[in-house]
Amino acid sequence: MNNYELMVIFTPVLSEEDFKASQKKYQDLIAELGGASVHSNPWGLKSLAYPIQKKTTGIYWVLEFTLPAEGIEKLKIQLLRDEQVMRHMVTRLDKYAVEYNYTKRNGGFAKQDKAEA
Amino acid sequence: MAKNEIKYLTAIKQEKPKKKFCRFKKYGIKYVDYKDIEFLKKFVNEQGKLLPRRLSGNSLKYQRKVTEAVKKARQMSLMPYVTDLYK
Repeated sequence: MNNYELMVIFTPVLSEEDFKASQKKYQDLIAELGGASVHSNPWGLKSLAYPIQKKTTGIYWVLEFTLPAEGIEKLKIQLLRDEQVMRHMVTRLDKYAVEYNYTKRNGGFAKQDKAEA
Repeated sequence: MAKNEIKYLTAIKQEKPKKKFCRFKKYGIKYVDYKDIEFLKKFVNEQGKLLPRRLSGNSLKYQRKVTEAVKKARQMSLMPYVTDLYK
């Protein structure tokens, strides 16, 4: 069971409930593959730094989850097949990353700790 | 004219540049998050290009983590590949 973090950019034309539906779809897929989604963090509509597929905005969604290693391939196939997804990225989290996400979620980071120097 | 022009035998010791330190070691930051754009902006110059170690003052281990995070941020278009007046 490794820790992963999935970041997905959906096409901006996606409506709100479609966005929720696809979030739920992927979370169910992860549960079905024997994993568990730890924390879902939809950023919503954000402007892109450079146009992707001729679009300058996208709906971001970040999901932290745990999954056995062989489940990732199936998840990737689903993501590639879904045409609402413009771009996705699965990153593996090491123990520092998991601890970082945990403290960040629970407001552990005092502001000056990050913004110093 | 010559009176106030003081000749120095040895070159004047110019102002010593600020001692650079690796902020990751100093503040014990272990993970560079590719989503944290404000923090990554410190390691990128105006054109959005990565700063070399001699300028950013990072140690090798953390400079690699920073480059990896910046490249991931660029891939997910959180940061531009190249731009002007980015800061």
